Amino acid sequence: MMALRDKRLAATVVVWLMLALPPARHALEASMTTQMLLQLPLLALAGAWLARGVPPAWSAAWAAWNRGGVTGLVLASMASMPWMLPRAMDAAVDGWPVELLKFASVPLLIGLPFALTWPRMGFVVRGVFFSETIATCFRLGWLYRVSPERLCSNYLLDDQQRLGNWLLLVGAAIFLLLALKLMAGRFTADGGHDTV
Amino acid sequence: MRVLRTLLASLILASAGIAVLAFATDGFRAFTTETARRIAVRTHPVALPDVELEDSAGRRFALASMRGRWLAVDFIYTRCMTYCTILGGDFAQLQRSMAAPLRQGHLTLLSISFDPAHDDPAALADYQRRFVDHGVGWIAARPLDAPGLARLKSAFVLKAIPDGLGGYVHNTAIALVDPDGRIVDYLDAGDAQAAARVLRSRLAQ
Repeated sequence: MMALRDKRLAATVVVWLMLALPPARHALEASMTTQMLLQLPLLALAGAWLARGVPPAWSAAWAAWNRGGVTGLVLASMASMPWMLPRAMDAAVDGWPVELLKFASVPLLIGLPFALTWPRMGFVVRGVFFSETIATCFRLGWLYRVSPERLCSNYLLDDQQRLGNWLLLVGAAIFLLLALKLMAGRFTADGGHDTV
Repeated sequence: MRVLRTLLASLILASAGIAVLAFATDGFRAFTTETARRIAVRTHPVALPDVELEDSAGRRFALASMRGRWLAVDFIYTRCMTYCTILGGDFAQLQRSMAAPLRQGHLTLLSISFDPAHDDPAALADYQRRFVDHGVGWIAARPLDAPGLARLKSAFVLKAIPDGLGGYVHNTAIALVDPDGRIVDYLDAGDAQAAARVLRSRLAQ
């Protein structure tokens, strides 16, 4: 058990460092599309891997405040909102303080709490999460597609439009997979450990 | 009990999240860097950097020597076929509509190149001719060294990124500098009439 935890911790640190080193950082931040759809999700994933390494006592204490996974979802959602602002994506590229904030907050305040809270999320809470994720992909995607202005001063207009297309595609893919699962998959009204 | 605790924790986190978002957007006013720089100078004007420039006639002068009058400043590169043509057109129109204050020296239009390696005095003169410069009150200039350009970029929050076609994409606006040498506002490019209205009201102050 300890070994597995250590391995996951090591994997997280390695992925995090690889993302933080200049070659990967500059490559992923060269385009708005890769910053939003690769860098940010990978950082969140690195944080999510930490979840298994959290001592059971901490998990139990957190669970007492996290019925149905609601608190964890609120935390992850709130922490992800600033990183959807064009201004924040610009600022992270422009200066190290905001970049540091991004590299700390995305794994620790989005990925980690989400991984801890997902097993506790019941059917309804998961439904809210999925519908809001799909809606956000479509809202942002549409905005980036149709905006005649560059919303990030560090990125080109065609990059912004490409990101818009990708976001629409991601939203549609989540929707289709979810619909497939609801129609063909096996599910219970109680998706997680908790019921709502 | 767990329900109440969850409700309490969620409410606290949601409030904190909204507070962070309000802070990050200047109170939900600025979602882009461009809006942010405009709001920032309106509340906290930025002093002009001390930079030496060279104009289209090859004359050298310090940006600081332009104090005592209003300045409308735009940033261009002369090979530009998109945004800079809008800015050049704006300045050509302002030259006509603001002829009196320009002639009297209360206002000067200043185009600064952010591509000084290419934009020598001859290129700057060509650029002005393209927009039928009337020869009064419009200066096109380039910074003389790289540190000067860097100081300009930082003071005006100027971003010029390669467009992949040998040119640049850059944030486009007309910066307004007051007689004390402080950047106090940014005006939209492409609407010379609106810019003239703002300039007139500022000059009447």
